[in-house]
Amino acid sequence: MSEVIRVEDLYKTYRMGDIEVPALRGINLTIDRGEFVAVMGSSGSGKSTFMNIVGCLDRPTRGKYFLEGEEVGSLSRDQWAHIRNKRIGFVFQGFNLLSRTTALENVELPMMYNGFAGKQRHNRAVEVLSLVGLGERLDHAPNQLSGGQQQRVAIARALVNGPSLVLADEPTGNLDSATSADIMTLFQRLNSGQGITIVVVTHEHDIADYAQRRVMFRDGVIVSDERKDASLKQSEVWSGRSKGI
Amino acid sequence: MTLRIALRALARNKLRSFLTMLGIIIGVGAVIAMVAIGEGAKATIRSQIASLGTNVLIILPGTATQGGVRVGFGSVNTLTDGDAKAIREEIRSVSFVSPVLRRGDQVVAGNLNWGTMVQGVAPEFQQIREWQVGEGRFLHDGDVENDAKVAVLGETVVRNLFGNDDPLESVIRIRNIPFRVVGVLAAKGQSSQGTDQDDTVLIPYTSMQKRLMRITNVQTIIASAVTADRVPEVQEQITLLLRQRHRIQPDREDDFSIRNLSDIAEAASSSARVMAILLGAVASISLLVGGIGIMNIMLVSVTERTREIGIRMAVGARSRDIMLQFLVEAVVMATTGGCIGILIGIGSSEVLKFWAQWPTLVSPTIVAIAFLFSGAVGVFFGFYPAQKAANLDPIDALRYE
Repeated sequence: MSEVIRVEDLYKTYRMGDIEVPALRGINLTIDRGEFVAVMGSSGSGKSTFMNIVGCLDRPTRGKYFLEGEEVGSLSRDQWAHIRNKRIGFVFQGFNLLSRTTALENVELPMMYNGFAGKQRHNRAVEVLSLVGLGERLDHAPNQLSGGQQQRVAIARALVNGPSLVLADEPTGNLDSATSADIMTLFQRLNSGQGITIVVVTHEHDIADYAQRRVMFRDGVIVSDERKDASLKQSEVWSGRSKGI
Repeated sequence: MTLRIALRALARNKLRSFLTMLGIIIGVGAVIAMVAIGEGAKATIRSQIASLGTNVLIILPGTATQGGVRVGFGSVNTLTDGDAKAIREEIRSVSFVSPVLRRGDQVVAGNLNWGTMVQGVAPEFQQIREWQVGEGRFLHDGDVENDAKVAVLGETVVRNLFGNDDPLESVIRIRNIPFRVVGVLAAKGQSSQGTDQDDTVLIPYTSMQKRLMRITNVQTIIASAVTADRVPEVQEQITLLLRQRHRIQPDREDDFSIRNLSDIAEAASSSARVMAILLGAVASISLLVGGIGIMNIMLVSVTERTREIGIRMAVGARSRDIMLQFLVEAVVMATTGGCIGILIGIGSSEVLKFWAQWPTLVSPTIVAIAFLFSGAVGVFFGFYPAQKAANLDPIDALRYE
């Protein structure tokens, strides 16, 4: 199974009182294992709604969502929780670490919900933390870590249960440009070195350039889906399907 | 696993957890201490009553409506020692009878004097009051027949007039009349009214009548029934006998009244019980208030931790996990508060016993009930906040500022 994500004719409509707001209007997209995709669009474009559905946090109004070939759009909330625990890792703009909790304990958190024993948790947490380049300061709380370090902890947490998919929502939004570059380089390393499928939501083209594929949302539909030409390194040339303006 | 999650969450904000527990701590502590005070009072009364003798009846002159024990001494002269003898001889279920005449008086020994309660009694007084003699002997029939000038002293009187010396065969003077000390009573301690029972001098009632008071009647008669359950029957029979002896017309009231010590004992004991229940109820209310406190703080806590709940859900916590976490947090806070409250309650009971000399008795049943109750309070008052937390939508929770 090379497919990780496949959505077919995906619709999502929100009802606010009498008014219906169509956030997604017929999305068709396939993302394969090992891809590094950037999802772009202005606010209201539907990209966040799309990510919520892909992350098993929200239910589509119409259409199907297949995660690794399994239809998950219609599963129960408890089943979604299990999927989020084992198969999806989240990285947020605001890091979303538990305060007054050490980096190690933060990384262990997903393992607390699938019954790993204490020693196992500890060892695994240390392992992923070194994978993201944090070997020390494991006993520090978030307020004792820099933004970049906190995001690394968050990435380690996302990886700790060995997920098929990492979803990152504006992961560099709260970081300066140097640290942003570090984090995006880390994502690249994880993608090329570990083969982890990564989807990053961003509105910055600089950040999107780290990915190999760029999907553009506007008004609830995909307007372009471009792949980077791997042979050209310095000046990237994006080519692919584009619906134009 | 949930327990560890809950404990870590509570430890993260120790001050808030402690303040939340405070209501339970105070409530449980109060319940334990109050009930201990009530139980101690009950036990004290019970033991004091046991020392008095529950088979004892007191017969007083004057009608019941005229007044209680204090009023009526000497103001109505209707009881005689003939009455006492008749009761002894004619009522089968009576085991012992003694007339009693009492007056507070100064007692002199050498160059010391001491104000005490002088009581004129018969030899059977000793059996009725179940009062042992420590030294020498008690009064006997010969003393009564001869209006003998002999006395038996209580411990307090001996201590104050003779110090560590042996008082036997010494002479004491009551109203300038010499009395020879023939015995010393064993110590008895405080009565249920708080008076010192050892602060007394016993002399033959005939001596009291003729030499000290110059009266021919008798102030009170005390009698004991063979067993406690015969007491009502004996009370009736004495009533009939005395009405007959005093020639009271059928339509007239008794010119005497009979008090039954076990009635008084039961009344005192049951009022102590009611007191304990009332105090316990009041303290339980504070326990409930403590529970409301937990619920309030947990509701605030859930709101403040909305984002945290969102994160937990994002990494795979189910509604059930969140619900359980917050319920366990509530129960842990409640039972920890309960334990601390129990320790404080026991501690204050002990302090009261030691410093204020209040008798307190901590009951293990109450401790167990208080602990379980605090756990129940945790579950009950933690339920609503836990449910609120579990029903949060992860997307909204993650966006919460």
